[in-house]
Amino acid sequence: MIEPNRQGEVWVFAEQEDESLSDVSLELCSKARELADRLKVPMAAVLAGWNVRELSYRLIAHGADTVYHIHDTRLEHYRTLPYARVVCRLVEKHKPQVVLYGATPLGRDLAPRVASEMRAGLTADCTDLEIGDYLERKSRTEHKNLLLQIRPAFGGNIIATIINYDRWPQMATVREGVMRLGEGDPRRKGTIVDEKAEFSDVDLAVRLIERHREKRKVNLKSARTIVAGGAGVGSKEEFQLIHDLAGAVGGAVGASRGAVDGGFISKDHQVGQTGTTVRPALYIACGISGAVQHRAGMEESAKIIAINWDREAPIFSVAHYGIVGELQKVIPLMIRAIKEK
Amino acid sequence: MPYHCVVCIKQVPDTSNVTVDAMKEDGTVNRAALPAVFNPDDLHALEAAVALRDQYDGTVTALTMGPLGAAEALRECLYRGANRAILINDRRAAGSDTLATSYILSQAIRKIGQYDLVFCGRQAIDGDTAQVGPQLAEKLGIPQVTYFERFVEVSDRTVRVRRNVGNGWEILEAKLPLLITALDTANEPRPSAARRMMQYKRARTVAEVERDVAASLPDAGAEERDIAQANVIEKLKRRGLLIEQWGIDEIDADLQWCGVAGSPTKVHRVQSIVLTKEGFKGIEPTEEGVRGLIQELIVDHTLD
Repeated sequence: MIEPNRQGEVWVFAEQEDESLSDVSLELCSKARELADRLKVPMAAVLAGWNVRELSYRLIAHGADTVYHIHDTRLEHYRTLPYARVVCRLVEKHKPQVVLYGATPLGRDLAPRVASEMRAGLTADCTDLEIGDYLERKSRTEHKNLLLQIRPAFGGNIIATIINYDRWPQMATVREGVMRLGEGDPRRKGTIVDEKAEFSDVDLAVRLIERHREKRKVNLKSARTIVAGGAGVGSKEEFQLIHDLAGAVGGAVGASRGAVDGGFISKDHQVGQTGTTVRPALYIACGISGAVQHRAGMEESAKIIAINWDREAPIFSVAHYGIVGELQKVIPLMIRAIKEK
Repeated sequence: MPYHCVVCIKQVPDTSNVTVDAMKEDGTVNRAALPAVFNPDDLHALEAAVALRDQYDGTVTALTMGPLGAAEALRECLYRGANRAILINDRRAAGSDTLATSYILSQAIRKIGQYDLVFCGRQAIDGDTAQVGPQLAEKLGIPQVTYFERFVEVSDRTVRVRRNVGNGWEILEAKLPLLITALDTANEPRPSAARRMMQYKRARTVAEVERDVAASLPDAGAEERDIAQANVIEKLKRRGLLIEQWGIDEIDADLQWCGVAGSPTKVHRVQSIVLTKEGFKGIEPTEEGVRGLIQELIVDHTLD
């Protein structure tokens, strides 16, 4: 752990795979930029890999003042221990006050390993981050400008704000798609600092034997909000309502198997056991009855709104909010309410 | 060769079925009123360990930290094939975040001594953090393989493991000891075996023995009770039915890393999502209803 360090930078762990940055890393850069401005400190990204130096410019365009770049053949593909070693050594050296990771399978593997070695706090799966103060009741000590780590907990039944005021850095993983992905400004200037990695035999003991990745055309995984339609939408023409609502909330379009089988939309959009498993901040299920195969693919969403004319539809059993009504009536009301806000 | 496995399990409140009975007047969740269940992912961790032991020989030790009632989950481990069960129960461990929890578990595993593999579920449904597994691996100083699907190869001190990373999979090769976190797609957990249920339904922790003896000898003096307890414990031990119960002192844990003191993360504030009878909030399909909903989503940071 490091001592609270008010001059410390705000960091983002830049996740890359096959020389391509994950969207969540860029989303985090925008958010980290905002937090750093609020704290009046620089914002930096940690970029580890092999032949990925070029990606630094995108991180800078999205808000980084500095990119700590580590070029090492042993970092070509992610493995827990070498990556944890790199992050821990950099944290010890530069003492950032905040380190953010995407709550991706990779981020959720790496961040706890780093937190344990640093004996620092870590909050999983945040859906929002703010800067705020905290009054410690026992000692009447006021801690100013802490990272407020906001996340759903307890099966989505509560929203908790977590803080860490003494054992820094303050670290969090953040859900994909919840922070806005900015355009990036290619004219922004930043510095690339080349760092060295040193590994012990123990760090390198786990070997990657084989790896396989699938490409997805529709990026449901990283959407903050998903508006999904089911068989209950009725027709391909009526499915335009789903596109309209998704447009209004700035979300992606999803579908149940019923809608795909009905020819309302392509299979790339299918959510569920045979489609994509998603966990956005908000999932709006429209005319989806909620078969177990569909629910398995979306029930980890932080908030679920179900709209269905059938009040007995199983989708209501996983929903946080339910609207019993006709889509043709409810969706235009929602679009209007969102535009007004 | 035989493999000695430790499986970390957790008894959790059933967050998937929050009903009106579990709601307080102000609409917040009353955790105590929720039924306690075996954390779903942990069943898959247990199955992975038991299947490995059945194929190659060895032992499976189930380990949990929790309230005295968690003994029920340990009995379930025994029904499903575990050889040994250990409960860590200590008031000073209360309030532990994932870091403190992983430290306490690591101390317990050090006390267990010999182990080749530690299995955890990917995550627990009350927190969904998925942090304790990797943090425990770090505390033990061993590598981790998260999102375990299956063993591709097991040969002597080296295993090859297939893991699912969401947008694909990979096969890792690691030397033992190793920590694995299991996905719920890893296997089909075996049900409790009737024969084992008959055998282990009388398995007890020391706290349960104390409770049982006090109930059966309500008028006994302290000395008489102590003797009766010692007899029962001796008997259970002989028959392999004693669920071991350890405190912070038994596992030699440093208090500064346990409980609230050992937890860097603190809860600053909790906003409850107000639930109604059916476990969700019904919204009227009217202009006001929908506008109120959108407003609520903005306030709780879901929409921006």
